[in-house]
Amino acid sequence: MAVILDLGVQLGQMLIVLALAPLLTGYVRKVKARLLRRRGPPLVQPYRDLLRLVRKEAVVADSASWVFRVAPYLVFGTTWVAAALVPTFASGLIFSHAADMIAIVALLGSARFMLALAGLDVGTSFGGIGSSREMMIASLAEPAMLMVVFTLSLLAGSTQLSFIAAALQGPGVGLRVSLALALVALVMVAIAENARIPVDNPATHLELTMVHEAMILEYSGRHLALMEVASYLKLLLYLSVIACVFFPWGIATSGQGPAAYLVGTGLYVAKLTAGGALLAVFETLIAKMRVFRVPDFLGAALMLGILAALLRFVSRVS
Amino acid sequence: MQTVLQSLLWAIAALLATGVAGGVAARYKAATPAVYVIALCVCAFALSVGVGSLLGAGGPAPSLTLPLGLPWLGARFELDALAAFFLIVVNLGGATASLYGLGYGRHEEAPGRVLPFFPAFLAGMNLVVLAGDAFSFLFAWEFMSLSSWALVMAHHRRPGNAAAGYLYLLMASFGTLALLLAFGMLAGSSGGYAFDAIRNAAPAPAVSAVVLVLALIGAGSKAGVVPLHAWLPLAHPAAPSHVSALMSGVMTKVAVYGFARLVFDLLGPPAWWWGALVALLGGASAVMGVLHALMEHDLKRLLAYHTVENIGIIFIGLGLSLAFEANDMSGAAALALTGALFHVFNHSVFKSLLFYGAGAVLTATGERDMEQLGGLIHRMPLTAFAFLIGCAAISALPPFNGFVSEWLTFQAILLSPALPQWLLKFLVPAVGALLALSAALAAACFVKAFGVTFLGRPRTRMARDAAEVDGASLGAMFMLAALCLAAGVVPAYFLDALAPVTQALAGARLPQQEGLEWLTIVPIAQSRSSYNGLLLFAFIALAAGLAAEVIHRWASNTTRRAAPWDCGFPDSSPLTQYTAGSFSQPIRRVFGTVVFRAREEVVIPPPGDATPAQLHVQLRDLLWEAFYLPTAAVVGFAAERLNRVQFMTIRGYLTLVFTALVLLLAVLAIWQ
Repeated sequence: MAVILDLGVQLGQMLIVLALAPLLTGYVRKVKARLLRRRGPPLVQPYRDLLRLVRKEAVVADSASWVFRVAPYLVFGTTWVAAALVPTFASGLIFSHAADMIAIVALLGSARFMLALAGLDVGTSFGGIGSSREMMIASLAEPAMLMVVFTLSLLAGSTQLSFIAAALQGPGVGLRVSLALALVALVMVAIAENARIPVDNPATHLELTMVHEAMILEYSGRHLALMEVASYLKLLLYLSVIACVFFPWGIATSGQGPAAYLVGTGLYVAKLTAGGALLAVFETLIAKMRVFRVPDFLGAALMLGILAALLRFVSRVS
Repeated sequence: MQTVLQSLLWAIAALLATGVAGGVAARYKAATPAVYVIALCVCAFALSVGVGSLLGAGGPAPSLTLPLGLPWLGARFELDALAAFFLIVVNLGGATASLYGLGYGRHEEAPGRVLPFFPAFLAGMNLVVLAGDAFSFLFAWEFMSLSSWALVMAHHRRPGNAAAGYLYLLMASFGTLALLLAFGMLAGSSGGYAFDAIRNAAPAPAVSAVVLVLALIGAGSKAGVVPLHAWLPLAHPAAPSHVSALMSGVMTKVAVYGFARLVFDLLGPPAWWWGALVALLGGASAVMGVLHALMEHDLKRLLAYHTVENIGIIFIGLGLSLAFEANDMSGAAALALTGALFHVFNHSVFKSLLFYGAGAVLTATGERDMEQLGGLIHRMPLTAFAFLIGCAAISALPPFNGFVSEWLTFQAILLSPALPQWLLKFLVPAVGALLALSAALAAACFVKAFGVTFLGRPRTRMARDAAEVDGASLGAMFMLAALCLAAGVVPAYFLDALAPVTQALAGARLPQQEGLEWLTIVPIAQSRSSYNGLLLFAFIALAAGLAAEVIHRWASNTTRRAAPWDCGFPDSSPLTQYTAGSFSQPIRRVFGTVVFRAREEVVIPPPGDATPAQLHVQLRDLLWEAFYLPTAAVVGFAAERLNRVQFMTIRGYLTLVFTALVLLLAVLAIWQ
């Protein structure tokens, strides 16, 4: 009986992240539009776009291989699984032991690998430009992310997100310099990984500045819909990770009962709302940078991550 | 157990005999399949022996003394857990290479240059692993080097191969010399050359330090540790592809075996700075290897540079293990060692697979330069699929095996705050950052390798007319691809099999993995970290399958083929595609300007001139310039000076001999 309940909660989490992801993106767009004194599309616009896309026929380029057609499903599946393994409203779910934070980062790496291959598959110059730049960005963002993981694991004694959340909630942690550095590094990585301003612009189709959009340029119909959902899920995932690690209040632990789950869900939505609003404000305030500024940006993130980890090493004199 | 070792030695003797017979009968067409079938059978037998003795480990290791070699010593052979594990690695590679050779060898234009040496090379590697005394070890080591050198020189008329073989011969002799000195130091006081005698003698700390450095030079130069890697990317690709796979996937592992045997087994308790040195060299190798690979357009050379990277990852694990062992943290040492050894196995699997794939491309198109390929996935779908799995595995992507061993190494790095030495406290996180960087760059590199070779549109006629390779080659590739997935999805069984090895070398083992819920692997404790490839694989498959099913059933399932969109300006010429050079341009600009002093020069013709614009990229290999060129200059200078000694009169020679004699006698007199 308990197992069935646990499975139910896990399934609930999978469905919640899938259901909330387009809403989050719609919400960020709405806030950005309001900040620019536009009315902006309604909150449910991403759902409508997705519905429209999946109903259309898919146009596939002549020179495309099976990689092009399989990639959307794999990218979507991998990102969804990764997002479902991050504690959102509750931690310690039945399958959370399947992947620790390193494995979640690596799962996103698997999704990116397929995405970059799909960009190269048709054999156009835009697909190549996107893949090439995406892998350059990732080659700096991934080490920075792993240094953040190191820092957290040094603090919490675990790379398992559920345990990190519990440990950081505990009394022994408090405010720390290395935590602040890690938070900044993680936010920078999240911005780069989600193709947000100033690294990439999710709204543009100006060819020479785009990275993510260039890779999925050849996609249409249901394939495009899946790629879009995957990118929505990734944004949700990063916000969830930041919320779960740095703002772990109110996350229910397994077996606390439906009331705690409800509170956890409410708080989770509140955290996402705040995070999304901050992202929109940040994006409105800053200008997109040139592609070869991005290495400086991410190099700074990497250095901050290393600094955070080293500070932890140094301050643990015992 | 004794009979097992005997039968193994008989099998190796059969390999040697096959080599001789292959040399004699090479001009007959039937010789090629015969040699490879025999090699396949012998390797399969030795593989089963290795698996059997690793799983059934316990009790004394069987050993055997044959009346060969040094007259007062004989040749000793041993099969302990470490040897059994490496026996598996060697013969798994050997068996698949033989199977692959059954198909690939048919296209060989000079079988007489391959057939005698291929079985001899396999025999040499097996003998290194089984050797139980220093003399047999060194003899087998040199035999392995020379037979592989002969295979590198199989196509000696191709441009560059002769130079590659020359450099390889130099580096191999240099490495063997270092190992010879290392064993000499170890055996110095007692004079015992058998491993048992060396193990029981406790060398002085200064002697151990010298032996460690010599072992790093000797085994490291064979394995390809930076800065001793220079020969590897030249020699490995020069050999026929199945031999390249053996050299890159297996022979470098034999070198790791040599290092582990010397440093972990024979040398006694380590000092903490050994770990720092080894891990730092490993980190440098990992990053330098992958950066070199990213700049490379030759498919086989790219793979060879990646071997440098993966050897670096293995040495990071070995170094961490030494550091933990020096501080009596045997559990952590076992974790780091398990990560390193599992990566040894994994790398041998996916590197062999990738070299077979490169060989298949070479057979089908006659081309190793990626810029001349493209679109091969349409013509060679099966090869492309197997190669893709190898690419994902080597890029450390879950749910494949490369990720598991790198994950274990990361977990070992995370245990390093408990180390008392400050240098290690600072160094290990830095090595962790290098490891993370190399993993991310490896993914970029293999997107390039697969994307430019197999995806897109064919760039040349050869690529357009390629055809799928034969069944034997495909069989070898798919066996290894299945193993990549299996070792990634159920790593628990593989980790448990490694337990006797770490028990013997580090004095501890990982907790029993088999029997945990859902086959999760838990290296230290559930609350610390856990990973489950099986669940991830199942979930990804389920999620992707579910999405496909739902969309196809309830939304749309119609597909239309059309010309590429390409933002409205599609260009039908395949030359407008991204090439390997343009793919790695951003990374070249970020890292290459520092590491390789990369320079780009654009030549644009004046207006009205119809000649195409040109982009020249200049890369410098700073390590080559810093280490190899000065060494060569010194040797050249000395040789020129010594040249005079060759043209002296008889009086001069007699004076020289007399002076030398007097000097030596004087030295002896002072010494007494």
